[in-house]
Amino acid sequence: MKITSPTATKPSAAPNPTPDPKRHGDRVFAGLAAGSGIFILLILALVASFLVVEGAPALFANPTDLATKGYGEFASWVAPYAFGTVWAALLALAMAVPVAIGIALFISHYASRKLAQPLGYLIDLLAAVPSVVFGLWGSIVLAPAVRPFYDWLNTHLGFIPLFSGNLSGTGRTILTAAIVLATMVLPIITSLCREVFLQAPKLHEEAALALGATRWEMIKMAVLPFARPGIVAAVMLGLGRALGETMAVSMVLSGGANITFQVLTSENPNTIAAAIAQGFPEAYGLKTNQLIAAGLVLFLITLVVNMIARAIVARRAEYSGAN
Amino acid sequence: MTTLSQNLAGDQLTSGRLPKATAPALAASSILLSFALSELLTGGNTAVTAVGSFGLYLLIMEIAARVVEGPRQAADRRATTLVAGAFLLALIPLISVTWETVAKGLPRFDLNFFSMSMRSVVGSGGGAAHAIAGTLWVTGIATAISVPIGLLCAIFLAEYGAGSKLAKAITFFVDVMTGIPSIVAGLFAYSLMTLLFGPGRAVFGLSGSIALAVLMIPVVVRSCEELLRLVPNELREASYALGVPKWLTVTRVVIPTAISGIVSGVILAIARVIGETAPLMIAAGFTASMNNNPLANPMMTLPVFVYDSYANPGVDTQPYWDRAWAGALTLIAIVMLLNLIGRLIARRFAPKSGR
Amino acid sequence: MKTKLITVAVLAAASALTFSGCATNESTTAATGTLSGKGASSMKAAQEKWVADYQAKNAGVTVNYSPDGSSAGREAFAAGAVDFAGSDRPLKDEEMGAGKFKTCAADSNALNIPVYVSPIAVIYKLDGVDNLTLDANTVASIFTGKITKWNDAAIAATNPTAKLPALNITAVHRSDGSGTTNNFTDTLNQIAPTIWADKASDDWPAALGGEAAKGTSGVVQAVSSGTGTIGYADVSAAKNVSIAKLSVNGQTLSPDASAAAQILEQSSQIAGRATNDLAYKLNRTGNAYPAVLVSYAIVCQTYANPTQGGLVKSYLTYVTSTEGQQAAATAAGSAPLSSAIQTKVAAAISTIK
Repeated sequence: MKITSPTATKPSAAPNPTPDPKRHGDRVFAGLAAGSGIFILLILALVASFLVVEGAPALFANPTDLATKGYGEFASWVAPYAFGTVWAALLALAMAVPVAIGIALFISHYASRKLAQPLGYLIDLLAAVPSVVFGLWGSIVLAPAVRPFYDWLNTHLGFIPLFSGNLSGTGRTILTAAIVLATMVLPIITSLCREVFLQAPKLHEEAALALGATRWEMIKMAVLPFARPGIVAAVMLGLGRALGETMAVSMVLSGGANITFQVLTSENPNTIAAAIAQGFPEAYGLKTNQLIAAGLVLFLITLVVNMIARAIVARRAEYSGAN
Repeated sequence: MTTLSQNLAGDQLTSGRLPKATAPALAASSILLSFALSELLTGGNTAVTAVGSFGLYLLIMEIAARVVEGPRQAADRRATTLVAGAFLLALIPLISVTWETVAKGLPRFDLNFFSMSMRSVVGSGGGAAHAIAGTLWVTGIATAISVPIGLLCAIFLAEYGAGSKLAKAITFFVDVMTGIPSIVAGLFAYSLMTLLFGPGRAVFGLSGSIALAVLMIPVVVRSCEELLRLVPNELREASYALGVPKWLTVTRVVIPTAISGIVSGVILAIARVIGETAPLMIAAGFTASMNNNPLANPMMTLPVFVYDSYANPGVDTQPYWDRAWAGALTLIAIVMLLNLIGRLIARRFAPKSGR
Repeated sequence: MKTKLITVAVLAAASALTFSGCATNESTTAATGTLSGKGASSMKAAQEKWVADYQAKNAGVTVNYSPDGSSAGREAFAAGAVDFAGSDRPLKDEEMGAGKFKTCAADSNALNIPVYVSPIAVIYKLDGVDNLTLDANTVASIFTGKITKWNDAAIAATNPTAKLPALNITAVHRSDGSGTTNNFTDTLNQIAPTIWADKASDDWPAALGGEAAKGTSGVVQAVSSGTGTIGYADVSAAKNVSIAKLSVNGQTLSPDASAAAQILEQSSQIAGRATNDLAYKLNRTGNAYPAVLVSYAIVCQTYANPTQGGLVKSYLTYVTSTEGQQAAATAAGSAPLSSAIQTKVAAAISTIK
């Protein structure tokens, strides 16, 4: 490139006397661009390392210090919250995934083409609602509204361990939190699934229909098998979002520190993110360190989940790109 | 083979079809029936009516389709009902959230709300002017930080690094970064500022901006990169052929072509972070007064205002909650407006070759 | 197209600029001082009123009081992040000591000044039951989880006429460390020692279970939006809920301001403190309503920064004045300090430097 560049080979009588100012610009610009890319990697590394640095005092403090100045021994303190984080996210996914797949199919394969895009926007609107608004809605509107339903579940389906136990009088249980979480991850899973469903090979779909398959059989044969890795990735991304959601959970859930699978009682495990949000303004010294260390745990959990999701998406992209 | 084709043929040609009006008629009648039943049994519970009519529709349709059309068509109809049901189900929270926010937010959605702060306000009155100003400051600075970095990184990915190991790593980690829990971003900004300024002095506007920038950068990178890739190669090649160096080609040809998309991408990224609460609560803090200095003292922001009004009300909670809902309404309005503007710009000025 | 975009951007920026930077209720004069306090959420309502009134009189001063909880306030004060702390209990002997507080001058100790006295109400929400009287042991049993149904014989015994449903009791407690919890657990420990063995503590005993809610308002909201719920909160915050009476020593007592005044009469100052340190050890076993909370302002005897010391002194002088106490009584339903205590407090505040 350098050698073939016309200005470089021109004799000294060229209209531009300086050797080549433009090359400088090129190098600087390329350096800037690459620099910003590397800077972003650096930020991610910084996030991790700052959490480690500020969390370390709690991780390595001696137990008596933690007991008096912190929240108590780290592992046993964070365990219920870690459990609550995962449990609430899984409950949310159990509700959100089937619905999201349904919506995505409705938009991609059922609704008429004219309707599909506005309907898609409608679902995307859910993603535009800030989490603090969901929190407000969940605690003031949803929690009282679902209580009669919980009462019914508890009396009639109380033999299932999930619904057993002493019914909470406030409705602010982990199930309510999971419903709010499900609403929040719904648009994410939906939009990704929709994209994947639309990418399903048209020829396969038409072939199936031509053989006399009903629409549902066509979807089962041509769309879903093709979309399976995409759905898995969408679910993992939704999981990542549900694990890290803070305000909605902290406002809706009456979170404590116990490990239980019962979803309707007063005693619910808090999530890590909510525990941090609730404890942070009041924390000082070692307690702050301990909360940051809990944030590190959350960061690692979501990092792993997201990396798995992205790896799946990336592999799929390469695969379909080769096609 | 023959049996299969006979089966198919038999199914398609000999079995009857339900008349077209069956579905709407059945839907209407099951809603009516279920409403009557719930009125009799539970005193007109809307939730029971809704669930009941859906169940009734599913059941009767299943029977009718099985009898008239056969099991395959019945399965198809069942799937249609469930898929449409999923969509309707998702509309419930959307409508409920919007309705409640508008209904409960309007009483305080007045001039005072936008012109007053909470300084010296006890009980009713007051407003969120300080929070809105804080949100503008914090989000504005976050945008100023993340747009140059994000855009340059996108340029690197789209124009320079394509295919290189570094570019692949960056793409992967940018994607991973989109999944960072917002509260972790807040903790990061707080830790950074604590290390720089000492404990107890880490909470001010700029920390909040840094937290938001961490969340915003990956979104900006992703949308800008996508947009830059949409710019047709012919434009670049024409520019090179004229002897224009690459960096001028990028800044004078590629970016202007994609600018509307980039602007809309940035606006959508702003919409994504402007409603963040948790990181700002940790990094930017709470105050009742106007603070126009992002470098010192806590700065109130709109989402934190909503949370604070809800979580720490005064003796009479009602005026505080009214303000919380009004704040929520403002927030939703801002986010929706940004989304709308972003999409409009994207559509109005989209490069012709884009689609 | 480019110019259009730029116009839009400029317009947006201009409107943002004209908007930001002014609130109609804030004076534009530069502040001459900022006073920051942090602590007990129980006196949030009173502090809000005090701050508003004080700022109205001193337009140049901004007072920020963050109701983050007593322990947060004490820790922030010790770490030098705030000028004064609001606390629902005085600093303990081991927490006191010259040099332990970064806000204060190196040789200065902290002072505990009572500024806010208020009863803690046992609040509940039970449809059809507006009047409820509970004796000490029943309250303790409910909060320890030993009584789980509203129609329990122990509750029925003190409420013969009430129609008690066979509903689960949801006992709501504070999820954050708080002085209200400290005073409430101390009360249960003093009046029902056989059932409530735990000593007073800021954090709810983890072994007991029950539903957790954050902050005074969180507890009140959880109780008021539920059914069959019971909790405890500063009486000033107890709105939209019913308030239970306590039956102690054969008397039925309700949480009102006069009860709070009585409890200080029967309590004594903690021994061995400096004369200016007005820390009280509450005695709840007398004939007064037992669950009373006394909130203190924790300040320095001598501030590292004399300007801040002057501001604190001026602010607290207003807070503990008859006017300030009366303002809090109207705004938050607290009990004004008795004149004897007010004199002591005024003397102590005048020595702050």
